[in-house]
Amino acid sequence: MSIAEKFLTMEYGPAPEDPKEALAWLDRHQRRFRHFINGGWQEPAAGGYFDSVDPSTGEKIAGIAQGSAADVDAAVRAARAALPKWQALTPHARARYLYALARLVQKHSRRLAVLETIDNGKPIRESRDIDIPLVARHFYHHAGWAQLLKQEFPGYTACGVVGQIIPWNFPLLMLAWKIAPALATGNSVVLKPAEFTSLTALAFAEICQEAGLPAGVVNIVTGDGSTGEALVKHSDVDKIAFTGSTEVGRAIRKATAQSHKRLSLELGGKSPFIVFEDSDLDSAVEGLVDGIWFNQGQVCCAGSRLLMQESIAEPLMARIRTRMSTLRAGPPLDKAIDIGAIIARVQLDRIQHLVDQGIADGATCWQPPMVMPTKGFYFPPTLLSNVHPTSVVAQQEIFGPVLAAMTFRTPREAVELANNTAYGLAACVWSESVNVALHVAAQLKAGVVWVNCTNLFDASCGFGGYRESGYGREGGREGLLEYLEPVWFKRAPSLPPAAAASKPGPTVHGELVSPPIDRTVKLYVGGKQTRPDSGYSMEVRAADGRLLGEAPLGNRKDIRNAVEAARKAEGWSKTTAHNRAQVLYYIAENLSQRREEIAGRLTAVAGDKATAEVDLGIERIFSYAAWADKFDGTVHNPPFRNITIAMHESIGTVGIVCPTEAPLLGFLSLVMPAIAAGNTVIAVPSETYPLIAGELYQVFETSDLPGGVVNIVTGNASDLLKVLAEHDDVDAIWCFGDETRAAAAKAYSVGNLKQVWTNEGRQIDWFDVQQGEGRWFLEHSTQVKNIWVPYGE
Amino acid sequence: MAVEHGRRYGVAGSLDEGTFSADFQASHAIASLSGRLLRPNCGIPLNLDWVREVRVNTSAVERRAQTHTARRTVKKEWQAAWLLRAISCMDLTTLSGDDTDERVRRLCAKARQPVQYEIVQRLGIGELNIKVAAVCVYHAFVETALRALEGSGVRVAAVSTGFPTGLSPLQERVAEIRRSVETGAQEIDVVITRAHVFGGKWQELYDEIATFKSACGHAHMKVILGTGDLVTLRNVGRASVVAMMAGADFIKTSTGKEPTNATLPVGLVMTRAIREYANETGMAVGFKPAGGIRTAKQSLEWLALIKEELGPSWLRAEMFRFGASGMLGDIERQLEHHATGRYSADYRHPIA
Repeated sequence: MSIAEKFLTMEYGPAPEDPKEALAWLDRHQRRFRHFINGGWQEPAAGGYFDSVDPSTGEKIAGIAQGSAADVDAAVRAARAALPKWQALTPHARARYLYALARLVQKHSRRLAVLETIDNGKPIRESRDIDIPLVARHFYHHAGWAQLLKQEFPGYTACGVVGQIIPWNFPLLMLAWKIAPALATGNSVVLKPAEFTSLTALAFAEICQEAGLPAGVVNIVTGDGSTGEALVKHSDVDKIAFTGSTEVGRAIRKATAQSHKRLSLELGGKSPFIVFEDSDLDSAVEGLVDGIWFNQGQVCCAGSRLLMQESIAEPLMARIRTRMSTLRAGPPLDKAIDIGAIIARVQLDRIQHLVDQGIADGATCWQPPMVMPTKGFYFPPTLLSNVHPTSVVAQQEIFGPVLAAMTFRTPREAVELANNTAYGLAACVWSESVNVALHVAAQLKAGVVWVNCTNLFDASCGFGGYRESGYGREGGREGLLEYLEPVWFKRAPSLPPAAAASKPGPTVHGELVSPPIDRTVKLYVGGKQTRPDSGYSMEVRAADGRLLGEAPLGNRKDIRNAVEAARKAEGWSKTTAHNRAQVLYYIAENLSQRREEIAGRLTAVAGDKATAEVDLGIERIFSYAAWADKFDGTVHNPPFRNITIAMHESIGTVGIVCPTEAPLLGFLSLVMPAIAAGNTVIAVPSETYPLIAGELYQVFETSDLPGGVVNIVTGNASDLLKVLAEHDDVDAIWCFGDETRAAAAKAYSVGNLKQVWTNEGRQIDWFDVQQGEGRWFLEHSTQVKNIWVPYGE
Repeated sequence: MAVEHGRRYGVAGSLDEGTFSADFQASHAIASLSGRLLRPNCGIPLNLDWVREVRVNTSAVERRAQTHTARRTVKKEWQAAWLLRAISCMDLTTLSGDDTDERVRRLCAKARQPVQYEIVQRLGIGELNIKVAAVCVYHAFVETALRALEGSGVRVAAVSTGFPTGLSPLQERVAEIRRSVETGAQEIDVVITRAHVFGGKWQELYDEIATFKSACGHAHMKVILGTGDLVTLRNVGRASVVAMMAGADFIKTSTGKEPTNATLPVGLVMTRAIREYANETGMAVGFKPAGGIRTAKQSLEWLALIKEELGPSWLRAEMFRFGASGMLGDIERQLEHHATGRYSADYRHPIA
């Protein structure tokens, strides 16, 4: 075709990025890649090599080593061996390494971008303009954290050897999100890239060599799910960080339950994209393009559920269809391509299957008339309208370029629909009214909310989900905490296994003129003292075997009722922090009124420490009353005209199994930070002295604490723990006991992937202020929601 | 069936295709949008609901403009073809205090022959007979330009209505239009009273532009919004809508005399307004970014923006113009590079 003809048609024509350098790099490695262990390349111990395929052609690019348990073990041992020297370095020295990694990523940026596109199928524009720049930014930002570590996180230390498993949708970016904070905080790493996309991780391994990073600090073991499983199950790994599907996340939670491994999970999503009638509709449409047609929709935080206010639904749909018609699908190395290839045949089939199911559920499917490439794995941009919340395409993550559209009538309904999902990763709100946008943002159950923007990321801003989208954050200060632990906690000795119940002894009443009036301790549910459903009580005895009284034997129905009461009391999280502080102060005041009496009773189990326990309990309540309005969020500063508000939000309903020791202080040390932060609580008090419940609810009842904010169920703690941890309407489970109990809490929590916090069976000195109170407790009482608000007129 | 087209305003006075026969529609169509034929703009009554509903999110528009340039690119022969297209959509402009008849004649000579003969031969585009769309001058030079361009097909545009500030008395501004039209100018670039926008005096703005339009008669009216003066994108959006309702044939960004002139975010807001107007009314309005567009690369970015936002039917001189003077030189250098494979120097090309 001549220039004259092109003048008439005004087509774009091809604009291919030259892959020469990336291919030369592959050839230099003979297109065969071994594991990167202890600073060098190692042949797989067994299992040979598998093919990595270019999804845009279906052709093999290179052979990748299949990691076995032996390879994983070699990598973990290398990481362990490297740890002492790595941690002995000054923070400044580690900062220099991270800075070098950032620089080298920039120096090789185009090769990395091309390699990523060849391996993953995403458009070169995205890998070049989004993925790789964010990778460099992540290492720069964390070089800064490495430098400031001691000043900014006093009293914290690295977890140790970290196992990291990443997905195929943003291969190098996810690597950066994992490795940068781990190294900045002084951990060593074994990372397993996704089997579909190992190449940029291996290129990064070479960059580590180039930067002179000490051998063993970063190890890369390639392979499939079995390799990941070996890493998760390895006994010498201190923490697992995983990004991927909720299904695999659940398996990892289960597999790590019997260990002390810390866990952070960044899982799936079905993120709502809410458009109000007063939004800039054309810009909202572009937001959708960046939301669901970014990376072929293979984005965990993709805005895949479009919620439109009824009044603008039709004009908006018309605009979306028009815009979809100008999307260009094709070879991802072309610089003017919007829709590249889907990662693999299996994913392509899954997308088609879900779309078919959506249509069977009654959805209307629209795809723009566009020419799709004939080879490789492609799926056209797809709009499903007439979708209802019951449809599978409104509930399940599709992980493809498929948008499901629904309408709403009022802001309240928008929030209701948006939150009607097991996930809670991200959300978009489009409105020109700051009132509407921020009010809705505050109510959304999502770790990231983008106001009038979509899929913005930055190293300084935490990313991560609520609910079954996982726990933990990546990026920002909140992300670093995932790789740190209090120094004292890491060194704390294990608790002895829980002792068998003490033997019954004689009942001693002392010298009494007349028999005492029987005192019946009850359960405390929804602000009322209630008898246990079972109708049974259990004997409570002192250390010497004396009978101290009977406590109600709560069962699963009592827990059910308590959780319902706690959920109903959610309004507590919306009261002002000042008001919550007032209630806590009042609790302290009323406890102090009864100081001598409670200390007297407590003497039976606490001996001469009883008075100190009550006094410290009062002080602890004061501490959290003080904290209630001071544990503030922050404002992050990503590098553009925007504020990101990192809000500390309560988690919701928290089940707390209190430690057996320090019945009063242990209870208060856990329940008070939880309610100070706005959570509602179902507490199982110390098994040693559950009678403390009777003292506590009398104090609560007289302190203006709204009913249902704290619920107390006494009984067999192990049984109650199981019911609480399995309950899908409990958002977090805290369990402080021996190792068996910690493991049980983790294992039972997999149903809704609730957040789990345990003492890992270690001893905590509740009388030591450094151990027993402070930010560590508040950090577990809250989750961070990052609200992005670009501004400008 | 307004809903099917995604229309929001149920515009009074707008005419559906149903009103006309298909033949009439086809013969009078000047553009098309998503397969729908569009008529020239004859204006509609002022619709204040629509004007007030205009929402522009500045950050989002800036983001779109920024990523747009990274999402689309043209290479090799396609790039050469697009650059030739840019020339064919150019209003070659001189609007300086030191303009003279001779200067204008020189400009017109360049307008007739914007690309050197040798390059035309090498690129094999002789059949296209590439020339610029129009020459844009002050009224004083309309006659000179008309003579110099006689028989070339290049049109003559006059800036008018107290250009660039638009602050002379209304009667004088209207008289100015009439004088230029009587002299033979085929296109009139008028400026609006920016104060009407700041004051939200949409009726006044509408009346002013409608008055200009009637003074223009058959001459094409381009309405300059003065986007650099209007400052906010919301103002740009609202002024665009009012100008189209009042009958603008083209809406044009700026005078070239403002602190900032044509920017891509402004272009996005105006093209989106044109698209919505077309959707609502079935009428097509042209677009002219002017000022600050100096490089061949910029011309490609703008053409791609138009192709994306309005579609290929706007990529013609009837619907799209560049107001530029310096850009042609850079395009010529790029074209020579295409022709020879060597980078060119500006002194190798005849100046305007």
